[in-house]
Amino acid sequence: MPVEIARADHLEVAYRGHPVWSDANFRVNRGEFVAVIGPNGAGKTSLFRLLLGLIRPVQGELRVFGQAPHRGNSKIGYVPQTHVVDRDTNVEAVQLVRLGFSGNRWIPNLTPARVRAEREATEEALRSVGAAELAKKSLGAMSGGELQRIFLAEAIAARPELLLLDEPLASLDLRRARELVELVHTLVRTREVATLLVAHDINPLIRCLDKVIYIANGRVATGLPSEVLTTESLTALYGVPVEVLHDSRGNLVIVGGEDSHKDPDA
Amino acid sequence: MTNLSWVWWNWNLVYDLRVMLQYEFVRNAFEAGTMIAIVAGVVSYLVVLRRSSFASHALGHVGFSGAAGAVLFGVNPFYGLLLFTTVSGGGIAALGQKASHRDVEIGTVLAFMLGLGLLFLAAYNGFATEAYSILFGDVVGIDNTQVLFTFETSIPVLIVLALVYRQLLFASLDEEVAEAKGMHTFLLGLIFMLALAVAISIAVTVIGVLLIFALTVTPAAIAVRLAKRPAYAIAISVAVALFATWAGTFIAFFEVEPTSFFIVTIVFVIYVIVRALPWISSGLRSLGLASRRPATAPFPGGRERSSSEGVADGVPRSHATDAELT
Repeated sequence: MPVEIARADHLEVAYRGHPVWSDANFRVNRGEFVAVIGPNGAGKTSLFRLLLGLIRPVQGELRVFGQAPHRGNSKIGYVPQTHVVDRDTNVEAVQLVRLGFSGNRWIPNLTPARVRAEREATEEALRSVGAAELAKKSLGAMSGGELQRIFLAEAIAARPELLLLDEPLASLDLRRARELVELVHTLVRTREVATLLVAHDINPLIRCLDKVIYIANGRVATGLPSEVLTTESLTALYGVPVEVLHDSRGNLVIVGGEDSHKDPDA
Repeated sequence: MTNLSWVWWNWNLVYDLRVMLQYEFVRNAFEAGTMIAIVAGVVSYLVVLRRSSFASHALGHVGFSGAAGAVLFGVNPFYGLLLFTTVSGGGIAALGQKASHRDVEIGTVLAFMLGLGLLFLAAYNGFATEAYSILFGDVVGIDNTQVLFTFETSIPVLIVLALVYRQLLFASLDEEVAEAKGMHTFLLGLIFMLALAVAISIAVTVIGVLLIFALTVTPAAIAVRLAKRPAYAIAISVAVALFATWAGTFIAFFEVEPTSFFIVTIVFVIYVIVRALPWISSGLRSLGLASRRPATAPFPGGRERSSSEGVADGVPRSHATDAELT
């Protein structure tokens, strides 16, 4: 019996009084790798904000670890889309990962045991994203791919059971995007951390996924990739004829859906 | 300005110091200056990290109006300074999470506040010397009461900053994640602005509102070029502020020029040297004076590839035909 991490029943979310999407039903289990796909402004980030307890649903029920979502849930690791790190930020990467582990504490680490626990968790997180050698590198001097790995280490340092990654592939070229997906996939499998990854392109992800949450046109379709990413299912979702084409490598092209989203970026 | 040119200076620095410390105003200057440099050094790191240097500049100017108003109404100018900077600091904190993108709003309020300062200045006769010391600072004019004020405000600020240090660092570096972790980023921003307001109010007595950058921004701007670890950067920032304040006060005792000039100049020279360090070291290397690093063979593609790139081996690298899914 899979362990349930998050569940939504007839969930509806609004942004500034306008409904973004409604009637979402999904279940995320421990150790599942889930892609959240959809056009820009479909409300993918809103789903994360719901899970983080930063906004409340208009209708329906959302349970995270069996409870209503609440802010500051230490079992959730989060990598937001808009990380601001400019070239002047001359702070070594390991500091950010350390803050990811215990930055929400008021008092600095005073006992040796806490200092050691933090150092070990930080080193482990950096190693598991393949960034041990980046520990002393300045954040401002990093490439997009390096930064994404540091943010990932920051998010997993406190050993979350649910990982939310908002568009981590957006600024990466195709090769780096695939490397990051491989890395996230490895983390999902080795740590059994349920992971939701927001992306607008499913192709770099498609070989690793357990589930897809597809948001478009104010509606949400969830299920196995093979169930959701079909001409029939996406036509029903968008409400206009949409066609899913496959190329020889197993990549997908979705034709016809891109004009049908309705709300600005939420 | 106190003219101290009757005292002759000597290459025996210990002797010089002993001569200086016989004077109460010098002891006051060193005591207050030390405390102020510590607070300013710590706060300036957060100013640089949060890119709030414009807010720091603005608070200084607003403080001028507060001090001018206080003098007009016969109150200790320090109270006016503290009142105006803390209220404005709270206002800037309320404007937005980070003040870095609020230049227009801050600047608009700033112009109005300076106008008020001008009004106070015009309304008060014989105000020129007071105004001069608020604008440019007068470390040797610090009296016992001001030393006491400095300690009374600095110590609580340092204690509060020590308590919120980790959270504030986190909220400054990665605000969105901090917020998602349930941290009160708005409250942290407010605490920061209030700490900055106090730091500026006390630093004005040393350096003046016009030169406030030299103590509340530049020490950390120097430090972040030398250290990547926040704790080290703060230590360097405090050290720079302390050195400049001490050395400036020391030199000014024997010279006619104002103390603030020496403090600002010392900070500026250190800043220029630190900025020039990369050129100096690469210049030395090209002249063959410094130890040569083993030459790295450039990659054929031109751009040097760092060994740290490339997470997973065996990832197929030839998927050039992936179609975009929208």
